[in-house]
Amino acid sequence: MIWKEQVECADPADLKNLQSDYLRKLTAYIYNNCPVYKKKIDDAGVKPENVKSIDDIKKLPFTTKVDMRDHYPYGLFSTGQSEVREIHVSSGTTGNPTLVGYTKDDVKLWSDVMARTMCCAGAEPGDTIQIAYGYGLFTGGLGFHYGAMEMGLRIIPTSAGQTARQLKIMQEFKPRIIACTPSYALYMAEEARDMGIDPAKGNWKIGIFGAEPWSNSIRREIEELWNMLATDVYGLSEIIGPGVAQECPHKDGLHIFSDVFYPEIINPDTGEDVAEGEDGELVITTLTKQAIPLIRYRTRDIVSINYEKCRCGRTSPRISKIKGRTDDMIVVRGINVFPSQIEHVLVGIEGTQPYYQIVVDRKAHKLDEVEVLVEVEERIFSDEIKELKKLQDKIRKEIGSVLSIGVKVTLVEPKTIERSMGKSKRIVDKRTL
Amino acid sequence: MKITQISVFLENRKGRLFDVCSLLGENNINIRALTIAETESFGVLRIVVDKSNMAVKLLKDNGFVANLTHVVAVEVGDNPGGLASVLKVFADNDVNIEYMYGFVEKFSDKALLVFRFADTDMAQQILAKNDIKVVTEKEIEGL
Repeated sequence: MIWKEQVECADPADLKNLQSDYLRKLTAYIYNNCPVYKKKIDDAGVKPENVKSIDDIKKLPFTTKVDMRDHYPYGLFSTGQSEVREIHVSSGTTGNPTLVGYTKDDVKLWSDVMARTMCCAGAEPGDTIQIAYGYGLFTGGLGFHYGAMEMGLRIIPTSAGQTARQLKIMQEFKPRIIACTPSYALYMAEEARDMGIDPAKGNWKIGIFGAEPWSNSIRREIEELWNMLATDVYGLSEIIGPGVAQECPHKDGLHIFSDVFYPEIINPDTGEDVAEGEDGELVITTLTKQAIPLIRYRTRDIVSINYEKCRCGRTSPRISKIKGRTDDMIVVRGINVFPSQIEHVLVGIEGTQPYYQIVVDRKAHKLDEVEVLVEVEERIFSDEIKELKKLQDKIRKEIGSVLSIGVKVTLVEPKTIERSMGKSKRIVDKRTL
Repeated sequence: MKITQISVFLENRKGRLFDVCSLLGENNINIRALTIAETESFGVLRIVVDKSNMAVKLLKDNGFVANLTHVVAVEVGDNPGGLASVLKVFADNDVNIEYMYGFVEKFSDKALLVFRFADTDMAQQILAKNDIKVVTEKEIEGL
């Protein structure tokens, strides 16, 4: 079924009118309620009354991750904190983390787009969903929870981890839908086999997988292993969390809920639109959010867009799977990792020079692993193993606490990490995505 | 009398030990004693050579991380209980050994062992007090 047919299958002209109406209201709203945005809009030489149609969005300035960081915690909010009902925090780059907030109506919006997401994947009211995304400050668990509640699913809120228990719960309560990261779906298949469970005879028939990049070959692997339909969900906490775009069973692009999250695909260097179907940076405007609405937010995700009507009946445009990033961020087990975070730790530990490399790999047991190679320089070298181990441990603990994921630290000889004049090779991603 | 040991950081990578040894060999530096301490990802090679200053410069010039440490080379009777009698002196006097290893060759009928002490000066005093012979840098160079 289609949860909100009137917008998901709207006539493009009607949709444009709706978006234009929303944008006019949004521009006036943030101009009057958020001093940071007022200044940005003034600096761009635009008056809110000049924004009449959705096409006028090009007159408005971009919002970047740097804006979020510079105005941490509350600078980009358009409401007072007394109206905020929920906040989520994600680990930051070097300084501040990213804080997002939701009013009661924002949570309603989130519930609505997540209900659309699950319907788009093929869920029907009355189905049971096992939510194995982490519940907590990460938006994955609660986003799915709200949406499932809204559309009338029976929820099993297992959160992430405790794999044996996840599998027992699958067998006991027979949920037709599983929501988790794609790497966790692969990992659970191996655990199932070890427990003597044939994953192909499992109960899950629809998977809603996201929070990390994954390819069609991983999709085929998951679909064969679990004998299920594996769909891709896209979202980011700055926009709302999961629920920005979702694949339908045709698996031919992710339907972006463009009546509320207006997409533009731009050339990241010039800021100009690219042609339909060409790769560019996805930029999103949250047309109806209250607490922390964002105008032209640069997601740094590289996608292409397709405005053709889909065979499923939806007219909402489809974005491709993420094809890359404009920055060097990597996503590991649903956590954003920036090389600058690691650099920060290394510079802070006396004696280590900032020559390092991050190697991400998806080993046999299917979970992403991060290894940080650090060059040992002379003044920290000791003839005693215990001193070197101590250093290794210190780096490991400090990086682990900054990133909130465990990493392996390997000390290497100086000058063994590749130097280059241009973009340094800080990250080696060996995962087959 | 202290002698000089060279420690070299070695990545756990094929051929690294060979690289060090062949570099020293090509430059006519003789290894007298050697040990490797290893972890799962890296190792530390510790060597005593006949020309330590030259060797450490050579290693650094060739991109190795190397440093000099003071150790003590002790003569130990090459007979059952020989090492134990020396270790007893250390134990009785609270001398802490960080690590130890044997020489490749010997220059008398006694065995030679390299000791790295937590407190080298104190260890030397104890050795002298107990009439245990230590080998000098000169003797090492002449080996």
